[in-house]
Amino acid sequence: MSTDLRGLGVSAGSATGPAARLGTPPTLPPAEYTVSDTEAEAHRAVAALEAVGEFFQGRAADVGGQAADVLVAEAMMAGDPALVAQVRDMVRDGRPAPWAVSEALASYRAMLQSAGGYLAERAADLDDITNRAVALLLGEPMPGVPSPGHPFVLLADDLAPADTATLDPAIVIAIVTEGGGPTSHTAILAKTLGIPAIVSCAGALSVVDGTVVAVDGSTGQVLVDPTSAEIERSARRSAERAARLAVTRGPGRTKDGHPVKLLANVGGPADVPGILAANADGIGLLRTEFLFLGRRDAPTGDEQRATYTEILARLQGHKVVVRTLDAGADKPLAFATQHAEPNPALGVRGLRLDGLLPDLFDTQLEALARAAKDTGADVWVMAPMVSIPSEAAAFADRVRGHGLPTAGVMIEVPAAALCAEQIIAQVDFVSIGTNDLSQYTFAADRQAGALAPLLDPWQPALLQLIAMTAAAGRAAGKPVSVCGEAASDPLLAVVLTGLAVTSLSMASPSIADVRLALADRTLAECQAAARAALAASTPAAARAAASL
Amino acid sequence: MAERRVVVGSSVGLHARPASLFVQAATKAPVRVAIAKNGGDPVDARSILSVIGLDARGGETVVLSAEGEGAQAVLDELAAIVAVNHDQEG
Repeated sequence: MSTDLRGLGVSAGSATGPAARLGTPPTLPPAEYTVSDTEAEAHRAVAALEAVGEFFQGRAADVGGQAADVLVAEAMMAGDPALVAQVRDMVRDGRPAPWAVSEALASYRAMLQSAGGYLAERAADLDDITNRAVALLLGEPMPGVPSPGHPFVLLADDLAPADTATLDPAIVIAIVTEGGGPTSHTAILAKTLGIPAIVSCAGALSVVDGTVVAVDGSTGQVLVDPTSAEIERSARRSAERAARLAVTRGPGRTKDGHPVKLLANVGGPADVPGILAANADGIGLLRTEFLFLGRRDAPTGDEQRATYTEILARLQGHKVVVRTLDAGADKPLAFATQHAEPNPALGVRGLRLDGLLPDLFDTQLEALARAAKDTGADVWVMAPMVSIPSEAAAFADRVRGHGLPTAGVMIEVPAAALCAEQIIAQVDFVSIGTNDLSQYTFAADRQAGALAPLLDPWQPALLQLIAMTAAAGRAAGKPVSVCGEAASDPLLAVVLTGLAVTSLSMASPSIADVRLALADRTLAECQAAARAALAASTPAAARAAASL
Repeated sequence: MAERRVVVGSSVGLHARPASLFVQAATKAPVRVAIAKNGGDPVDARSILSVIGLDARGGETVVLSAEGEGAQAVLDELAAIVAVNHDQEG
């Protein structure tokens, strides 16, 4: 008999396989134990460091290339003779192995940290070595994504970017997190990689490693230890979905032919092949942060132009919506001196940075204008974090001044949604960023797992703000897009279409499911679903009403 | 005691790949080698943490020292690794 867990499905598709939990960094027990045989304990400490060194050597052999150099260096650090001698001395003086390893590495870490720059970045390598060696000494699993040697369903509280940098969709067949919300890093990553995923799933971490689980990322259901009949049903659903997806192609439209552009969210040139494979109608959100973050100096206009040209050239005949730089105290730029802000989400970010770095935006717009000319692409440009109509007007003037014909703004601050009519009058289009609009409407941090229910994109208050914005766009005859995670939920896409949203932008792997959901319904059915969802008083009631 | 003064050739300094290559060679050497930044305390050349901890930048001078049979040849080999600009390779 299987048990049934429920969470929020954030990335469609189903998969069945053995579960394996993400290893968490070990914590030292509150009290040290007494060492009776110091020689044996010293041997144990050295053996743990050697084992960590071998682990990194093994990984280096797997990855090859430049990544291997870093892993080889990490192996050398774990086996460093000065470190090993220091640990051995500490244990011989009576310190138990886990504490000796942890303290010896901490002293090197402090030295690197104080040197700053490149050396400070290596401090993270030493943390990794410490966590792995201490876990071994405490008899705990190594931290990080497990490698059980076969495909598995990854269970975690939530995933950090560092955990997921090397996730392989062929090995990690589904992700279930106990924490996290629909806009968490886990959700966005899973959609980007096309891995079925469920977040906010209570009980997920109580599943024992190796237990078979059946995950349905469309419904949010996790069957623990399913029966063979249940496994078969899941496999059949998976095959049916694949078969239907395979035959649904072409531009987005409802059953009766009402067009809805299905566009891709793109974080850099590496995402472009995925857009073409998903048969998207273009790019609805080109994030430009990848050009700016993690570097000492701002990219030059020529460098930006080359990168934009590379992307635009591959999207001939498609619309490409570019968002100007969305940085701020939460996504800091090395070349902009910004004071630490007590509340960075409400601080100087997005378009507000213009006051600090006016050249930055002009260089970016100039580079975009030249890339648009080079390629003849249909480039639309929009600004993030616009709150009032005068900001929209000033930005639109600037965009047009650079010879770019189509200027728009993001609607992600509640004030902008409330004044949508006046804002839309200043620009050619708007795009609703539902992730930030949720965060600001519900006063709920996007990264706070405990607040995930407030960030549910089906919250009626969020739907009301989207409805107001879409109505203003329809009245003015101007396009209104949705480019947050909301657009990738197939049923919500139906509601958004019913609300008069004209294009939906999402991670490429979600496009096929949304295309299918729209092709199943007429525009009148979408409008009825939208009315029903707007009248509901809870997200669950809105979902239920829309699916009737 | 044999000594070599040599200028760090790689622009990244004696870090990353240049440091790994240097420490690997020092580990294989038949004699113990010490390395110091000009005027600083010498550290064990087989310890990657100590070597990168010197924070020797490209263009700075380091002093290598060793004692015993074969010391001259070992220092020649290690000095060559320090002097080469590894950034220019492959």
